[in-house]
Amino acid sequence: MTINAPVSTQANLIEADVIAKVLAKGRSTGAEFSEIYIEDKRSTSAGLDDGKVEQVTSGRDRGAGIRVVAGETTGFAHTSDLSERGLLAAAEAAAAAARQGDGGVHKIALQPLLRHPVNNVRIAPSDVPKASKVALLERANAAARSIDGAIVQVSAGYGDSYKRILVANSDGVFSADDQVRTLFRVSVVATGDAGMQTGYDSLGHTIGFELFDENDVEEMAIRAAKQAIVKLQARPAPSGSLPVVIKQGSGGVLFHEACGHGLEADLVGKGASVYRGKMGELVASPLVTLIDDGTMSGEWGAIGIDDEGHPSQRNVLIENGILTDYMWDFLRARKENRRQSGNGRRQSYADLPMVRMTNTFVTNGTENPDDIVRATEHGVYVAKLGGGSVDTASGDFVFGMVEAYLIENGEITEPLRESNLIGNGPQVLKDIDLLGNDFAMGNPGMCGKDGQGVPVGDGQPTLRVKAMTIGGTAA
Amino acid sequence: MSNSSSNSVPDLQAIVDRVVATAKTGEQIEAYVSRGGETAVRVYEGEVEHFVSAQSEGIGIRVIKNGRTGFAYAGTLDADAIAEVLADARDNVAFGTPDEYAGLAEPDGVAQIPQKFWDDELAAYATADKISLTKELEKLTLGMDSRVRVEESNYDDGWGEVAVATTTGIRESGRGNSCYVSVSTLADDGDETQTGFSFSVGDSPKEFNLPKAAREAADRATRLLGAVKPPSKRTTVVLDPYVTSQFLGVLSSTLNGENVSKGRSFFADKLGETVADPRITLVDDPTNPLAYTATDIDGEGLAARRNVLIENGVLKMFVQSSYSARRTGTKSTGNATRGGFGGTPGVGCLAMQLQPGTKSQEELIKGVDDGVWIQMVQGLHSGVNPISGDFSTGASGMMIRNGAVAEPVREFTIASTLQRMLLDIVAIGGDIDWLPSRAVGLTLVISDVTMSGQ
Repeated sequence: MTINAPVSTQANLIEADVIAKVLAKGRSTGAEFSEIYIEDKRSTSAGLDDGKVEQVTSGRDRGAGIRVVAGETTGFAHTSDLSERGLLAAAEAAAAAARQGDGGVHKIALQPLLRHPVNNVRIAPSDVPKASKVALLERANAAARSIDGAIVQVSAGYGDSYKRILVANSDGVFSADDQVRTLFRVSVVATGDAGMQTGYDSLGHTIGFELFDENDVEEMAIRAAKQAIVKLQARPAPSGSLPVVIKQGSGGVLFHEACGHGLEADLVGKGASVYRGKMGELVASPLVTLIDDGTMSGEWGAIGIDDEGHPSQRNVLIENGILTDYMWDFLRARKENRRQSGNGRRQSYADLPMVRMTNTFVTNGTENPDDIVRATEHGVYVAKLGGGSVDTASGDFVFGMVEAYLIENGEITEPLRESNLIGNGPQVLKDIDLLGNDFAMGNPGMCGKDGQGVPVGDGQPTLRVKAMTIGGTAA
Repeated sequence: MSNSSSNSVPDLQAIVDRVVATAKTGEQIEAYVSRGGETAVRVYEGEVEHFVSAQSEGIGIRVIKNGRTGFAYAGTLDADAIAEVLADARDNVAFGTPDEYAGLAEPDGVAQIPQKFWDDELAAYATADKISLTKELEKLTLGMDSRVRVEESNYDDGWGEVAVATTTGIRESGRGNSCYVSVSTLADDGDETQTGFSFSVGDSPKEFNLPKAAREAADRATRLLGAVKPPSKRTTVVLDPYVTSQFLGVLSSTLNGENVSKGRSFFADKLGETVADPRITLVDDPTNPLAYTATDIDGEGLAARRNVLIENGVLKMFVQSSYSARRTGTKSTGNATRGGFGGTPGVGCLAMQLQPGTKSQEELIKGVDDGVWIQMVQGLHSGVNPISGDFSTGASGMMIRNGAVAEPVREFTIASTLQRMLLDIVAIGGDIDWLPSRAVGLTLVISDVTMSGQ
């Protein structure tokens, strides 16, 4: 079957017959699989610092990545030249990289183009005047500074992107997606007798400028400012092992690091995950059900299709503490005779796809969040987590707490200075002993793996970990 | 990347010259273009897992008018796209706030120090040889210890050409290439798995030391087998060169003149004061050809230079771009940074180096009664705040007792503040390691750090 219709009703990505030729060229050295990923991304960003809008930036990234698989070997080439000649040259390079040999002539039959939109974008950011975007920055700046004279510096950033992708492969897959993301962040510095402290908040969704109808940048800026002000009074965090209560929607990164990465099939397949060989076993407290869901409309990690053209889906990874599945991409699923799970993602056309998370979260428990704090004699309450990282093979992971308090006699008391927490994934998952009923998604995240960053979301209800090591300096 | 040398790139220079020539009265324009290519080979279990061969190019244009700045970029050098980028940058000017310090760099008469950035041998290196040395590295690593597996063995090389021009008279172009190999290891003992890594860099593959990289990667992983979680206490840490390099990288933002002028550095009012142990002299020297990030020009096209930031413990200066220099009434120190055509210049250290001591790592460890040798840190981005100075990272390594390396330890943190750690440095190694990083590695001994474990 040959598709003659243009790929997209919106002009300018690539014609289907050119794609079929490129895919055939990819298999010309005997490879059994070829794929083309085409991206056209426009972005606008604006930054404010020190009271001034520093600049507005317009960006355009456009190109194609061609992947060819022969046995266990992948050849890859990318190009920003989207002419037929440029694409064929890249396909030839990828094919040569995958295998030296003669594979003869292949005919590629593409299925009809499929789209799997997960979001409705009401206000396309490209239709919004730049002045309106810049005005958000100025409002956030003024709001943060209005809180307290101790706020000495504010920076704010706005960003939107409109990414059109098209993926086709020699198995006939032919999919397209339009991905819109809108982001806002604010960070402040406060100064006091004991030096400087910082506050931060961010907001990001896969929707358009309507984001700001539903969220107030001034409130965000005030939250960030208050966080910095509170921390001026903070005392050093404890050193050693204590119970840790993590506020709803602030600590999904814990699961992202404690088990998310370890459930990526590429790491499992190389024996580089502490969760290898654990399918069907109890790997977490029975309270824990962990889901990765690329279909969550509007969420930061939502995608219509993954970057291998597979529709995004909802995958239950841990159910009532039992490991039920890993996350899969094309290569791993093919090798282990499994189905793709919509987790094959890449940073851009210039990168190879690999197994990545989308929106990863723990579902609700039954406890009232206030009761969880009350049930904790002495511990730490984390109101906002920062980033984290994990060694998937040993399971050891860290994450930073950027806003945290002591819990004394069941009450939240004094603020604590920043520090990392450290734990071992399987142990921490088993040590979750209380799970709240107040589920919320968290801040937009950017997950790095093998040098590539992709947008991810996370979420969880308020929960308690029986014991974790807090990396502060106080005895 | 002097345009007077054979390194110049005439066709890219012509593109930026053409853009700059379109400047209208009262308008400053800077055009920056780059073009590059990469090869990446990954080997797993004796076979090529992937082979990447790719090229990319792009342009970024900055327009400044009446103190307002606009910027745009595109990942292509098509003439149509360049025209669109220029129009977008001009359009974006209207939305900036006037800033009396906004502007482009101006030639300052500082001479570039010529260096060699292009290696013909690397440029001509055959694909088959790249693959065979990646396989060789995997094989050597596996041969080090029967408990070791290789997660991936990699060869990476890249070449790049850049050109920049401004209406203020900057006009530079140049090219360079580089390569390195890296290997990630897993070591198993029963249910337990630990990880290691290593790499080797060189102007050309001929300079790689594969056996050394294999040995290190195997040792890093096997050394940690059987590691326990240590008790919490105050102790002395011995930072491995790689960890020291990361520690210096965190310090970089506190020495950045723009951060200082915007109230984001705890060093802001400390010029001329003792901020570190008197043994500490810290320089930023991209003119040293041994540094991995050596360069002859900075991100704005000014000559790179050697700057002494801390001398015998006393804070001497901050690094500046032309913008931060105007803000602070100083001169550019040749420290503009740029993350490619998609960004505008920032400020940063380019090639940090601590003046080395004389002792080997082994001798330094012998001098520690009770401490921990830190082989890896985790979470520098999440537990270190260079504005407040709070420092807390995950770590793994080996306990030191009475000057001897004892049992392996993991799943603990080390914490202090950056301000205190600089003052608490008690010894500096002579074991310089030119790592692929903006900061050179050597062993560093720091006292009075809190270790949190059990």
